Amino acid sequence: MTDPIHQFEIHKIATLGHIGGHEIAFTNSALFMAITVVGIWALLVGGSSARALVPGRMQSIAELSYEFVADTINSTAGKEGMKFFPLVFTLFMFILVANIIGLIPYTFTVTSHIIITAALALLVFITVLVYGFTKNGLGFFRLFVPQGIPIYILPLIVFIEVLSFLSRPISHSVRLFANMLAGHITLKVFASFITLLGGLGIFGIFGATLPLALVVALTALELLVAFLQAYVFAILTCIYLNDAIHPGH
Amino acid sequence: MARDTGDEGGNGNRSAEEAALSARLQSLGERLAQQKGPGPQAEARSGSKSDPSALARGFRLSTELVAGVLVGAFIGWALDKWLGISPWGMIVFLLLGFAAGVINVMRAAGVSSPPGSGR
Repeated sequence: MTDPIHQFEIHKIATLGHIGGHEIAFTNSALFMAITVVGIWALLVGGSSARALVPGRMQSIAELSYEFVADTINSTAGKEGMKFFPLVFTLFMFILVANIIGLIPYTFTVTSHIIITAALALLVFITVLVYGFTKNGLGFFRLFVPQGIPIYILPLIVFIEVLSFLSRPISHSVRLFANMLAGHITLKVFASFITLLGGLGIFGIFGATLPLALVVALTALELLVAFLQAYVFAILTCIYLNDAIHPGH
Repeated sequence: MARDTGDEGGNGNRSAEEAALSARLQSLGERLAQQKGPGPQAEARSGSKSDPSALARGFRLSTELVAGVLVGAFIGWALDKWLGISPWGMIVFLLLGFAAGVINVMRAAGVSSPPGSGR
């Protein structure tokens, strides 16, 4: 059986230079990040270049993605959240396109590495902290003090709220990374069952249709997961930003 | 919109033009709002939107509890190491982290209210 983890290995493609004795390499991960960004750029620039009143296919996709993210922000963070539209749209498109590119065989899934998703989640977390404190000052701490709680359990509740707040970047990053990793490993394992069973002779070939059908179904599921995880990441970003904009309610 | 029509004697012609333009824009906006009003289109949209958000909510639940426990365990371990109070930091913060994880899950499921709100 082929190694199901092999697809997540990082290879060095070229060495760009050294910083403080540490090698800065251009890896396959960086290559697929660049492909993702170029893909998004091509989709949006190609989609908006026609500027047709009745949109074509590409323009329709570009407009739909814009409206989808704008609707998500408006419904979770309100009108004030729209100033974070560039951030949320960038995160959503990057994760969505990276996930979908990762579904193509022989490609590398950028979001299946926790260092990538953790960096994205920490970006959101630090944005929330910086914006929350610059906009509300110390009033941002109201986020940790629920109203209407008896004074004798308030210190305990504040501790729990702070821990709950600190756990956000972890659940935010682990969710995306774990879903991508698990989905791709499952696909690989079931795909290798096909070749294993197919090598067992005539009965094996009939038996191999079962994992083949399962792989087809799993690919469809993974396409859904690829979209949903990007959506979940975006909507959680909006919810967290909403806390920074309105910490009191 | 027509605020600068009154006290501009010299440019009366131009400001009247501007006022007419703004009036036309306003009526256009009103007509657009009428057309956009709650119709079958808006309903279909909200119906299709509830589907991904329900699935998204399900996916959220999977990691919230684990994240709370992990943060609590890490803080407890770090305090133990830093202050040398060995098992106590871990015990207290693991329990607090578990409580935070449960709150996370309740919030993700929509049972409890978001942080900082009244209830």
